[in-house]
Amino acid sequence: MSKTLWAAVFVALSVPALAATTDAGKYQVILGDCEGCHGKDLAGGVVLETPFGRMVAPNITPDKETGIGNYTAQEFNLAMKRGVAPGGKRLYPAMPYPYYAHMPDSDVSAMWDYLRSVKAVKNRVNVNQLRFPFNLRVLMRGWNALFFRPQPIADASKSAEWNRGSYLVNGPGHCGACHAPKNAFGADKRALTGTSLQGWFAPDLTSEHHAGLGSWSRVDMVEYLETGRNAHSLASGPMAEAVENSTSRMTMADLDAMAVYLKDVPPSKGNGGGASGIDAQMKAGARAYELSCVACHGRDGKGSALFPPLAGNAAVRQVRADTVVRTVLAGAKAVATPKAPTGPGMPSFGWRLTDEQVANILTYVRNNWGNQAPAISPETVKRIRSELHSSS
Amino acid sequence: MARVLPKRDAVIIGLGWTGSILAQQLTDAGLNVVALERGPWRDTATDFNIAYMQDELRYAIRKDLFLKPSVEAMTMRNNAGQTALPMRDYGSFLPGDGVGGAGVHWNGQTWRFWDSDFSIKTHLTQRYGAAKIKGLQLQDWGVTWDEIEHSFDQYEYICGTSGKAGNIKGQIQPGGNPFESPRSRDYPNPPLRMPYASTLFAEKMRELGHHPFPLPSSNLSRAYVNPLGIRMGECTFCGFCERFACGNYSKASAQTTILPVLMKKPNFELRTDSEVLKVNLTQDGKMARSVTFLDAQGVEYEQPADVVAVCAYALMNVRMMLLSKIGTQYDPVSGKGTVGRNYCYQTSAGARLMFDDKHFNPFIGAGALGQTIDDFQGDGFDHSKLDFVGGAGISCTVSNGRPISNRPTVPGSPRWGAKWKQATVDGYQNSMGFGSQGSSYPVRENYLDLDPTYTDRHGRPLLRITFDFPDNDVRMSHYMSEQLEKLTKPFNAKYTAVARLQKGWNSVPYQSTHNTGGAIMGTDPTTSAVNKYLQSWDVPNVFVVGASAFAHNAGMNPTGTVGALAYWAAEAITTKYIKSPGALVPA
Repeated sequence: MSKTLWAAVFVALSVPALAATTDAGKYQVILGDCEGCHGKDLAGGVVLETPFGRMVAPNITPDKETGIGNYTAQEFNLAMKRGVAPGGKRLYPAMPYPYYAHMPDSDVSAMWDYLRSVKAVKNRVNVNQLRFPFNLRVLMRGWNALFFRPQPIADASKSAEWNRGSYLVNGPGHCGACHAPKNAFGADKRALTGTSLQGWFAPDLTSEHHAGLGSWSRVDMVEYLETGRNAHSLASGPMAEAVENSTSRMTMADLDAMAVYLKDVPPSKGNGGGASGIDAQMKAGARAYELSCVACHGRDGKGSALFPPLAGNAAVRQVRADTVVRTVLAGAKAVATPKAPTGPGMPSFGWRLTDEQVANILTYVRNNWGNQAPAISPETVKRIRSELHSSS
Repeated sequence: MARVLPKRDAVIIGLGWTGSILAQQLTDAGLNVVALERGPWRDTATDFNIAYMQDELRYAIRKDLFLKPSVEAMTMRNNAGQTALPMRDYGSFLPGDGVGGAGVHWNGQTWRFWDSDFSIKTHLTQRYGAAKIKGLQLQDWGVTWDEIEHSFDQYEYICGTSGKAGNIKGQIQPGGNPFESPRSRDYPNPPLRMPYASTLFAEKMRELGHHPFPLPSSNLSRAYVNPLGIRMGECTFCGFCERFACGNYSKASAQTTILPVLMKKPNFELRTDSEVLKVNLTQDGKMARSVTFLDAQGVEYEQPADVVAVCAYALMNVRMMLLSKIGTQYDPVSGKGTVGRNYCYQTSAGARLMFDDKHFNPFIGAGALGQTIDDFQGDGFDHSKLDFVGGAGISCTVSNGRPISNRPTVPGSPRWGAKWKQATVDGYQNSMGFGSQGSSYPVRENYLDLDPTYTDRHGRPLLRITFDFPDNDVRMSHYMSEQLEKLTKPFNAKYTAVARLQKGWNSVPYQSTHNTGGAIMGTDPTTSAVNKYLQSWDVPNVFVVGASAFAHNAGMNPTGTVGALAYWAAEAITTKYIKSPGALVPA
């Protein structure tokens, strides 16, 4: 006990400046959600499924052999902001350097100090498991020439909060890495209108009212980012990880700034509106919903303090059905945060509901209680079911 | 050679209700805690999937969630003159298995034992004289009602118990149980809505001048956020509660009330599939230094710790003490020794009524859904002219209408074929029942020890249960059957049957998983294994927590009192023991 105590006192007396920057650097790691891909211990190994093949996030602990212990501060800065590793090796934009490019050098430097201070872990990671020709890093030169053009994200006509929010969302928070549609080369297109990735649909974050978050108040947004839940929705899947590792650990001021910015994102074109000619699906869906879903989500679709509502839940109304279908088939686990520690789970119904039943239930849910979204066909459910089988 | 692991502040054996409560409280106090659980990890969404949890064959008949006798069996006999034989299948009672323990498959009845229970010997002696309890090994528990009331409160608020207070600080509350001991405040949630059978029962009991009230239930009447910030759902009356786990987050269990917070703590570690073989003592036998356990691969580990909390099922707690030589084996001949002493059970009887024209809809059920009268409970009624002490709660609960096991028919109905089917159709909607759950008082000859012949898969002796219903309890139960006869009269049922308890406990048909005692708490180290803080008199860094500490069993479900004792023991460890390790009560 006393030994540890003395060591702590010694450290506190001798290197106060370093302690301050590592704290600041730790916050940068939270803002950048580094743990999301590089793991809790930052030693890498988290697999990213991309349309181009598999990538595995590398070890970024100070281990000299398998981590980034041999980097210099300057090399780290270049990797973060230009996507160039020591020796001119090109990084893939799965490492969101187009977003990190917006970070001021002082923040990148604080992050570097922090990363130097974490425990070195020996863990060799085979990062590049992409298919030919994508596994050729040299291609990234061309990609960068075409798509790596950091756009201005500040707007002098907006408030300081809006600008901080814009910085967090479009900079280190790299929200668009999941929520922005990609072009054929994997570069982000329109911002934050939602897209499919890794078997989920990262929803539309714009202020549109059906698929987007138009009905969320600023307070709703902050509550969701802080706790993982609010009256409208409950985070699961990749967003559960983003909340756990990143947003739930941000300051309230930063969360509020993100909310201010997101409330001001122009509306998307929406989800294409409700379905028509679906009477039979709606009828069958209502019956099946009554049998399998009512106990938790309620006859009125309003859920409860524990289970999320389906009425007015944007996750339910996205243009593509990936998230809702996979949630019914495979289940999902909600995030658990200090303010909302429960982390309830949606059980898997895949074994007992047919493709047709799932399609009917979800078409019913997407077009009931004021929800409007395209119908879901049994073929779509079948496709997602087979993708789930091949990925597990 | 066992691999020695880094020392912890505390090691907890078993992560059911008591283990989870202790782990939560001890880690909150800053202790570094590891829990060793023999069974598997179990989580609501994945293991209690609501899409298949209602599989009666798998869970209720084939007992999927229960302890398998191949893991641990017990031997049983009615008296010391017999040779005990091992169970091939658990029957009379069904111990739990895995994380959450029996708290996963319990019904959720959350009672508080009474003030007169904690000081039962003093109370009965003062009221009736010592001769009244001659032949019974009744003892005061060492803790008093005023000391432990807040621990009951703590447990009920963690569980979100739904009920109606009958006595708040001495003020009798209309609609509640007027016989209960004074509580500091009401339950956190209002009572569940009542099904028809229980409503009818309450009406008739009121007509008879009795005092029906909704029984306290940890099946939640509404969505609830407990003091740890954990959210629970509203019970849906699905009718798959006892023998099942709740897929709806609406039955209190370690999973639904504590584990979401506990599992995230950096100073807590859980090792599942890790079976503790014994607690290792120092050479002089005065302190525990570690526990030895096997992991799923059979690799042996030694886990050193400053505090050892034995938090397995009541019967396993006693066996762990005996295997580890903590305290001395109780001897029914001399009456000396403490471990194995005052083993008690539950003494029940029931009434079944059948009608022609009812629609009870028994499928609208929940584990702890019903109405109770405590007019014949404990010492709530005058025993001076009666030939027994003790009593019973009489409850009309509607737990299920499950298709395999719930097919009541009028006696004399065919046992198979079309006519049997028709009889089950008639009986299903027209049948209701109520029952007495009676106290079980200790006698010298009911006890627990290690079997001299039979061993488990690791070569350790099995626990031996020597038990029969004491004469006092049989008389009590027969008195209750007479009351049940009277209580059935106003129903004017077409058919009425009241059961009478027979001497000669049979370990095969299911009766109750309310096994108590064997490592009882008390004021005297020669007649109790643990002190009022559930701390071993003999090895003061060992705490033995659970129904094993009950000095007798009352006519109520034990879990409420088990939860309270766990909070009580945790408080003693965190506020007294860690500040000044050693015996908390001078021997």
